Amino acid sequence: MNIIKKKYPILLTYIVLIVVGAVFLLPFIWMVSTSLKPDTQLFISPPVWIPNPIAWGNYYHAVTVVPFFTYMKNTLIVASLATAGAVISTPLVGYSLARIKWKGRELLFIITLAVMMIPSQVTMVPLFIIFSKLNMVGTFLPLILPSCFGVPFFIFLMRQFFKQLPKDLEDAARIDGCSEFGIYFRIMFPLVQPAILTVALFQFMSSWNDFIGPLIYLNEEAKYTLQLGLQQFKQAYNTIWNQLMAASVLVALPIILLYFFVQKSFIQGITFGGVKG
Amino acid sequence: MFSAKITTSIWPRLVWKKRGVEGRRAKYGYIFALPWIIGLLLFYAYPLLSSIYYSFANYNVVSPAEWVGFNNYKELFNDPLFWTGIKNTFYYAFFAVPISVVLGVSLALLLNMPIRCRSFFRTVFFIPTLVPVVATAIIWQWLLNPQFGLINYLLETLGISGPPWFGSPKWSKPSLILMAQWGIGNSDIIYLAGLQDISKDYDDAARVDGASGLRKVWHITLPLLTPVIFFNMIMGIINALQVFTLPYALTYGTGNPANSLLFYSMYLYNNAFLYMKMGYASAMAWILFAVIMAITLLLFRSSGRWVYYHGDQ
Repeated sequence: MNIIKKKYPILLTYIVLIVVGAVFLLPFIWMVSTSLKPDTQLFISPPVWIPNPIAWGNYYHAVTVVPFFTYMKNTLIVASLATAGAVISTPLVGYSLARIKWKGRELLFIITLAVMMIPSQVTMVPLFIIFSKLNMVGTFLPLILPSCFGVPFFIFLMRQFFKQLPKDLEDAARIDGCSEFGIYFRIMFPLVQPAILTVALFQFMSSWNDFIGPLIYLNEEAKYTLQLGLQQFKQAYNTIWNQLMAASVLVALPIILLYFFVQKSFIQGITFGGVKG
Repeated sequence: MFSAKITTSIWPRLVWKKRGVEGRRAKYGYIFALPWIIGLLLFYAYPLLSSIYYSFANYNVVSPAEWVGFNNYKELFNDPLFWTGIKNTFYYAFFAVPISVVLGVSLALLLNMPIRCRSFFRTVFFIPTLVPVVATAIIWQWLLNPQFGLINYLLETLGISGPPWFGSPKWSKPSLILMAQWGIGNSDIIYLAGLQDISKDYDDAARVDGASGLRKVWHITLPLLTPVIFFNMIMGIINALQVFTLPYALTYGTGNPANSLLFYSMYLYNNAFLYMKMGYASAMAWILFAVIMAITLLLFRSSGRWVYYHGDQ
């Protein structure tokens, strides 16, 4: 009796999770299935789940009808440079806010938290005006430069990480005659690798997935990123669902693969700030 | 591992005698923070101030800005599309946020049960959040295609004749709200982390007192989870009020059918970068900012009544 009472909710949990999970997976399954269908099997009822024959050609078309690899190259340039910028700048600032005492430090920290509250719509227009006066509209620079000067959320994250390190470490290094830069680069920076990985991952992902940035700043097709290129593809070929799905799979896949490699950093980045805040 | 608590450290006062070292170090504090100080001035302070100015001016980037006082604001209040944007945005936030909170918490509670394959299920719910928005738009437009979509086919087999989804102004916003639930995995991970933070002592105490599963959830787990629910709710509302990419990708910025998907930020974007009305768009941005601040403040004020902070009296 007791066992039944105990097992019953668990069984119910499994059933609900499997049903809801199937609903969440359905769009993926349908996306992959559609991406492999020949044209003749797209609009038939009942729908075909496993295409026959499998039309691999859709993927070939998806990367040749539009300059897919140019988009990919552009996206990789933007995402990796923005990531490099964030990884260099934000630990420096986080370290300064966490471990060096200087006048105005607390104020800078409060401002850093406050600017996270500003909706991007407010600064979007003046930033465009600045970049257009600098003749940078149409280049990748407006998508890269801001992260090189620091990203508030990442600075906050890095500060919290640096704060947790024991002070003895730097004292010992100082006694050994290590310079302030030496303490930072040789002792502190290597100790916050997990946080740096999280910053790198989130910056890369946000650059990869960014839509409004490229939409505002990139105006010729040769400079388009994947997101913009995909939108262009969708607009031009809006009923060729199998090729559209193939392109979508190709755009989504790298990030999904990345997730499986660095799952822990993902979870850390998301839960930071949400819990215990 | 993480502690996001903002505390001012006390060690500077304790080691004040070592002012020599600390004094010398202060210089490096400025040097290390310099990129961000420049970034703040360049990418936040200056744009913020000039945005206030532009909101009182007519400016199209090509010809010089012209001061017009409150004209942009006055014009906005007489602009029917401005009100359409507000109405659509509130509609979206009003339904999408509560639905995602209820769904997210329920899912997290289920995932927190002593089950096998927890990380598998968590991955299933999380992966959709990794799909880029444009791809998400394409997938769902195909799934919800009124004629050939899978969803309407499945509904038909159940004897329900499916709605036209994005094809009709009546159904377009509910479709978008439905679609947005696919991306629930992000907040779900936060809920789950919050649940795993709740001490097992409460669980044991409840069992000793003979509380049953559901009563335990309602009287113990949920109240202890309220800070996390509150956080996700605030973030959800802020994001919903700024909703842009998904409806933009779906409609190429038009907001069709019949402007039913014209959200506030889309109209703002169109004003700035389609019609080059930079001043008008800036005025819209400040109204948005004010509304977001007001709602956030109201929620924080109400939080005392329903958010339980551990250890707070």
